[in-house]
Amino acid sequence: MRLRETDTIAAIATALSDAGIGIIRISGPEAFRVVSRIFVRQDGTSPTAEWKSHTIHYGFIEEDGELLDEVLVSWMKGPKSYTAEDTAEINCHGGVVLLKRVLEAVLRAGARLAEPGEFTKRAFLNGRIDLSGAEAVMDLIQAKNSFSLKASVRQLRGSVSREIKSVRAAILYEIAFIESALDDPEHISTEGYPEKLSALTEELLMRLQKLLDSAEDGRLRREGISTVIVGKPNAGKSSLLNLLVGEERAIVTDVAGTTRDTLEEFIQLKGIGLKLMDTAGIRSTEDVVEKIGVERAQRYAREADLILYVADASRPLEEDDFQILELIRDKKVIVLLNKTDLPARLTAQELQEALGSREVPVIATSAKESTGIEEFVQALERMFFSGSIGSDQEVVITSLRHREAIQEAFDSLCQVRKSLELGMPEDFYSIDLMSAYASLGRIIGEEVGDDLVEEIFSKFCMGK
Amino acid sequence: MAQIREKTDVCVIGAGHAGCEAALACARMGLETVIFTVSVDSIALMPCNPNIGGSSKGHLVREVDALGGEMGKNIDKTFIQSKMLNVSKGPAVHSLRAQADKAEYSRSMRQVLENQEHLTIKQAEVCELLWEEQDGRKKITGVRIFTGAIYEVRAVILCTGTYLKARCLCGDAITHTGPNGLQAANYLTESLEKLGISMRRFKTGTPARMDKRSIDFGRMEEQFGDERVVPFSFSTDPESVQIRQDSCWLTYTNEKTHEIIRANLDRSPIYAGIIEGTGPRYCPSIEDKVVKFADKERHQVFLEPEGRFTNEMYVGGMSSSLPEDVQLAMYRTVPGLEHCKIVRNAYAIEYDCIDARQLYPSLEFKDVEGLFSAGQFNGSSGYEEAAAQGILAGINAGLKCLGRDPLLIDRSEGYLGVLVDDLVTKENREPYRMMTSRAEYRLLLRQDNADLRLRRKGYEAGLISREQMDWVEEKEQLIQSEIARLKRTVIGASAAHQAFLEEKGSAPLKTAASLAELMCRPELSYRMLAPLDPERPKLPEQVVEQVEIELRYAGYIERQKRQVDQYRKMEKHRIPEQIDYDLVPSLRLEARQKLKEFRPVSVGQASRISGVSPADISVLLVYLEHERRTNVL
Repeated sequence: MRLRETDTIAAIATALSDAGIGIIRISGPEAFRVVSRIFVRQDGTSPTAEWKSHTIHYGFIEEDGELLDEVLVSWMKGPKSYTAEDTAEINCHGGVVLLKRVLEAVLRAGARLAEPGEFTKRAFLNGRIDLSGAEAVMDLIQAKNSFSLKASVRQLRGSVSREIKSVRAAILYEIAFIESALDDPEHISTEGYPEKLSALTEELLMRLQKLLDSAEDGRLRREGISTVIVGKPNAGKSSLLNLLVGEERAIVTDVAGTTRDTLEEFIQLKGIGLKLMDTAGIRSTEDVVEKIGVERAQRYAREADLILYVADASRPLEEDDFQILELIRDKKVIVLLNKTDLPARLTAQELQEALGSREVPVIATSAKESTGIEEFVQALERMFFSGSIGSDQEVVITSLRHREAIQEAFDSLCQVRKSLELGMPEDFYSIDLMSAYASLGRIIGEEVGDDLVEEIFSKFCMGK
Repeated sequence: MAQIREKTDVCVIGAGHAGCEAALACARMGLETVIFTVSVDSIALMPCNPNIGGSSKGHLVREVDALGGEMGKNIDKTFIQSKMLNVSKGPAVHSLRAQADKAEYSRSMRQVLENQEHLTIKQAEVCELLWEEQDGRKKITGVRIFTGAIYEVRAVILCTGTYLKARCLCGDAITHTGPNGLQAANYLTESLEKLGISMRRFKTGTPARMDKRSIDFGRMEEQFGDERVVPFSFSTDPESVQIRQDSCWLTYTNEKTHEIIRANLDRSPIYAGIIEGTGPRYCPSIEDKVVKFADKERHQVFLEPEGRFTNEMYVGGMSSSLPEDVQLAMYRTVPGLEHCKIVRNAYAIEYDCIDARQLYPSLEFKDVEGLFSAGQFNGSSGYEEAAAQGILAGINAGLKCLGRDPLLIDRSEGYLGVLVDDLVTKENREPYRMMTSRAEYRLLLRQDNADLRLRRKGYEAGLISREQMDWVEEKEQLIQSEIARLKRTVIGASAAHQAFLEEKGSAPLKTAASLAELMCRPELSYRMLAPLDPERPKLPEQVVEQVEIELRYAGYIERQKRQVDQYRKMEKHRIPEQIDYDLVPSLRLEARQKLKEFRPVSVGQASRISGVSPADISVLLVYLEHERRTNVL
């Protein structure tokens, strides 16, 4: 387990749901240095000398030359801060993806993701919360950790969790081999072993890289805004999805009811992540397979953060449309009035009326002629930055935690590779292999414990 | 009838490897000490393998020596072959192992004990512990021996090894004896249970001994000792150990051997369920190996001499509790053993011991003041593990009598610290053996620097002389100044230097480099760089060794040092003894139960108890801080 008290931690400090502004808090001895690595003033320079305590600074967060956000940074020198440590608070524009990207930059600049409840714990340990608050602090720590652990396991897809377990098992086997050879050199020889381990390390690095990549494109992370595309059959949902994704993913035909299952895609539009689900068209149907698809679509629509309702401009509103309108009554919706390339039988005006008094953006699009996408993105941005849509903060943090752990494991294996290249003795490999094993264990909530000793005895025949 | 009633400071029960170190430590600290043994002839007996040391165990011997113990010195006087293991691997896992002349080892240790001031040897079975209860706390006051005599004491150290209610099994032939047919101790368990100590049962085993004359060594590979022997003890003159050595021999089991074993498994007391005790997985019986690793075509068998003046050979790798007839048949399938004659049969032994989580890291019982324990009684196995705990328990019993704070060794200071912490913190379901993989900071815990790590502690306890301590301090200083000098001394990229490097198979210099940087190149060494370093002072070999290791592995060593800093912070965070875990809000039920049961001494120890999560530790930290502030107010 990790017991660290003196390092520098960071996390998103504000609730994300309805805020137009989000704050990232960094606390610990390296706080200033972490900020100075990514903060750029208007004149393009970074601060060198530490700021005066309790001052606010205007500038930009930049990483590798890329501008992430325009920000205000408050600087509080310990002990006059929430945690009584040096603390920086980056006031960013709200919106989960943006905050996450700034937080990632902060982590890469040298901070560690805070454990659940860690700011408050530090505040208490450093004397900033008085005695009467102790019990509440303890409750909070336990509750947050228990929630985080559950969230972590819940959010792992079966396939990712299996892959992590499989990589871990492979690593453990190698450590056990090395250790049993060290413990019993007369029974177990390590001749030719570095070559074997080298090949395996490359393979494991590739597998971890894949996990990192998939974390990057959102297959592992589920923090995109969960978005469901609905519409009656053949309104052009799949064509619009294809347009957004930029690839032919869904099967597109002219036959109504082609999309029988639900397809999921992760896309980034102007830095806003959408977890996009195309669904079977909603209509009354007797076809069993399609029926399941329709029911599923209805369920997804109920749980989604955002609904993209694709209406068919070439057909008037029908029974199926009214069913959909009923389904999305209380949801955040953007209406895409599609097929505007065909003679209009349904206008934006009519749709607005059907939607009642709610203010819902209606955008004219044509999947066929690729029009309306720009307007759609603008509408999306407006909703996002006003804070009216966003996704669960816990999901974001969990996915960051996962990524941080996989990255740590990856770095440890790079160290193994380096030790192999330098021709270091076998016992040095197992140090970093063990770190990798422990890092990956954090994702699936498993501690190292006696795993190694168990593995040694179960896999290798020891002497005497 | 008048009973003898004597007064002494410390009683040590048992004179095996733990008992010897414990008793010597106490006596050397100036305390009147009595050591009890069921047989004076069995002092420092080696009833199993005829060697001392081995991977990670060699480290323990060095640490015992650094603290002022006897094991290292004794094996240096009585070994007949010695090897440094793992020399092709990193310095942290180099480990010494010596073959002992068993009888000589035992005799020589007995001589040390007999001539130790303040130490009395007494052949007697201790049957009962005497104690009093004050304010609900039990405190040890004495022991009663079989004859009824009473010894009033201030501290007792239990080092009963495998003797408590011992039972030996050789197939269905069962005897109620200790190792080597010695008398078992059948009374003490009951007294311990009355005292509130909970007992458990473990088992271990040993292979057969054979008559050397019946073995055909021509069919085996000869195994030699090292050409240049390194002594175990920091105080042994290296020249004194360059002696003529005896060989060991290597042979293998085969399919025929395995067939016999498989066909007779139902006659093994372990497989037939007669043995209840839990056996160690790291020295499995040959039956176990054949069953668990069925795909292995052969297993190694080492024939090791039991001494210089005996024909008995130890059959390493083939311990067994099969009946005598099966043993003979299976041994005779092994090349070289076709006509072997067995002197002593292999046997398994069961004995009473404890779950050491009843102890503090000082090896004193949490619930009985003045009662300490060490060795196999604590659920460990091995001579070295026993000796290591023995010296620690001895020092701490001594310090207790002197009214001083206990000596504690943590996981970052020695294998001894790892051993004790594992025993008193973790659940062990089998006899515990030291393994190098158990030491998380092993790069720092090398056998070559045990003196630098632990001599000071031995000195503070009173087991190390001022002279010895002076030398360690001087050595430390020489190492540091030489490292500083090598970092300072810069070599330019001159043609002569480039030619020198090329000749040594090393890449040319791009810019000037320090000697320290050059030493980080795997193909170069301190010695090789001498021609580039005319200013070099003449330094003892052990100083050069430290300089070389510190520089060559600096990156890794630094990393471990940082981890150690973190670890120590949590170890230093003490948990008050009177803490009531029921008053700590938000602890999970499982954590609360475990903490109540095992009462860890520090937050660090609490964090290693299985079932206590990081969140529980955070909660505990907040609670302790809350208590601290409340008490200050």
